[in-house]
Amino acid sequence: MAAMRKALPRRLVGLASLRAVSTSSMGTLPKRVKIVEVGPRDGLQNEKNIVSTPVKIKLIDMLSEAGLSVIETTSFVSPKWVPQMGDHTEVLKGIQKFPGISYPVLTPNLKGFEAAVAAGAKEVAIFGAASELFTKKNINCSIEESFQRFDAILKAAQSANISVRGYVSCALGCPYEGKISPAKVAEVTKKFYSMGCYEISLGDTIGVGTPGIMKDMLSAVMQEVPLAALAVHCHDTYGQALANTLMALQMGVSVVDSSVAGLGGCPYAQGASGNLATEDLVYMLEGLGIHTGVNLQKLLEAGNFICQALNRKTSSKVAQATCKL
Amino acid sequence: MRTAWERPAPVFLFLCFAFQETSQLSGLPDFVKIVEVGPRDGLQNEKVIVPTDIKIEFINRLSQTGLSVIEVTSFVSSRWVPQMADHTEVMKGIHQYPGVRYPVLTPNLQGFHHAVAAGATEISVFGAASESFSKKNINCSIEESMGKFEEVVKSARHMNIPARGYVSCALGCPYEGSITPQKVTEVSKRLYGMGCYEISLGDTIGVGTPGSMKRMLESVMKEIPPGALAVHCHDTYGQALANILTALQVFCTLCVLRVCIGINLSRVMSACFSSHILSTITFSRLKYDGILSSAKHKNSRLS
Repeated sequence: MAAMRKALPRRLVGLASLRAVSTSSMGTLPKRVKIVEVGPRDGLQNEKNIVSTPVKIKLIDMLSEAGLSVIETTSFVSPKWVPQMGDHTEVLKGIQKFPGISYPVLTPNLKGFEAAVAAGAKEVAIFGAASELFTKKNINCSIEESFQRFDAILKAAQSANISVRGYVSCALGCPYEGKISPAKVAEVTKKFYSMGCYEISLGDTIGVGTPGIMKDMLSAVMQEVPLAALAVHCHDTYGQALANTLMALQMGVSVVDSSVAGLGGCPYAQGASGNLATEDLVYMLEGLGIHTGVNLQKLLEAGNFICQALNRKTSSKVAQATCKL
Repeated sequence: MRTAWERPAPVFLFLCFAFQETSQLSGLPDFVKIVEVGPRDGLQNEKVIVPTDIKIEFINRLSQTGLSVIEVTSFVSSRWVPQMADHTEVMKGIHQYPGVRYPVLTPNLQGFHHAVAAGATEISVFGAASESFSKKNINCSIEESMGKFEEVVKSARHMNIPARGYVSCALGCPYEGSITPQKVTEVSKRLYGMGCYEISLGDTIGVGTPGSMKRMLESVMKEIPPGALAVHCHDTYGQALANILTALQVFCTLCVLRVCIGINLSRVMSACFSSHILSTITFSRLKYDGILSSAKHKNSRLS
């Protein structure tokens, strides 16, 4: 289990959370933020237009050249459910794997995991939820049953020395259950962490969260899981993503998921926006003097490329603003 | 000396004191006044000219949402801002609800006199922290603009009409680029000194980020009481809500923070504030593309 996780700072989880909560409201921001680029997977899988394999490969290569250190490449899911990800093996085999960059892939079950490993995956991600109803509708089982499925993947990953990242959906609200208690999010996150996930991304799946709710949720989770193992994944459905992300940074989180061009609509809100745009996130972090390693200009080029391929306008405000200059 | 309405009533001060303790624990103010600028700042930047009756209906509907300040129009020459050509008709046509204020922009003395004749009871003047922007926007230097505004604000105070001041380019200028917090402070101090009861600090081109917002506010707050400050953030680079959150945090020891938002931001601002900050917005009556309809059930603190 320790092999699958990076070494974590030795500090008591409870004390860390107390410090973060009692710090002034502005908080001390991290000096570096790791951006996990989910555009090629989470972004594209929610886009209506199917993108060809060469275009996906080129997008990921452009993102690699933009300096991102983690790029979620594809999902080893049945094309029956997610047609956009039907070419997962070709994409993973076709991309250039730059040194120092991770290319995790989603593996919803053991079959997907084995296919991912055969295709060369070195890191995988599993997708849970803090809502029973969402879990039932999404993967047709209860939260407890999902843990059993994931346990099989984690055990297999441990044997193969493959890192596993966990996602907890509905961390700030559920399209079916509504409000989700921070305690429930903490419980699911703790379970993932104890099973061996090196990092857990807490997702505001339908973008209903606000900074206050984000703060309450993180305060609860930080009591159970080390801060360094946490990430946030904010959707911009209600325009709250960047403000929620800022709150998470103030709480001490230093890993943020985002999607180039803000790709990916919301399957639960017709016409609504999707992920936080990586360009807008990088703009804010640069303005705050926080190191990301990302070249904004190259990122903008990657965003422009994929939007042309999708025949859609970018959802990134930075991209919209800079293209007019 | 400020007019009677500018001094908070004793009861309000007591409530502010009580809220202050709570806000220090949460790091955010308990109450935020939203200044709705959609009918003026919003519409004047829209290409399609909106008919007068639509503007009036729009403002009347906004009045029913619980907003306490709605910037109605601008008494500027129609040659420069065609959208605002019907300023007098709009001012006279709206229903002025009790407890709601309806400020108008008055760039000069002539505009001020027309505004008063049309029934305006509050006015605004628009300065900038950038010489180039001031020159291009109102064809004079900052110093010359202060002279003009002083005439307007003096006349307003003489008639017991409150005046609000705007400082554009507070976080950056389209011509000069970076603007120093010191310059913003200097211009804000001038406007405050001449009698503006409140200064709205505008990120006119939306280039600001939470870091530059914090630095600017910390500088301005050395010269102007925080209670007389507001922020006006543009979302050009998607930073507006994060910048506003930062401003709220910087002001968290205050009783009340006045926040300006534009037409596209008001819906997301209300959702942002809903979970922890009492707002006067009535969600059930606020219909912006149906986006807020699902927020109703989450906002038990709101009427």
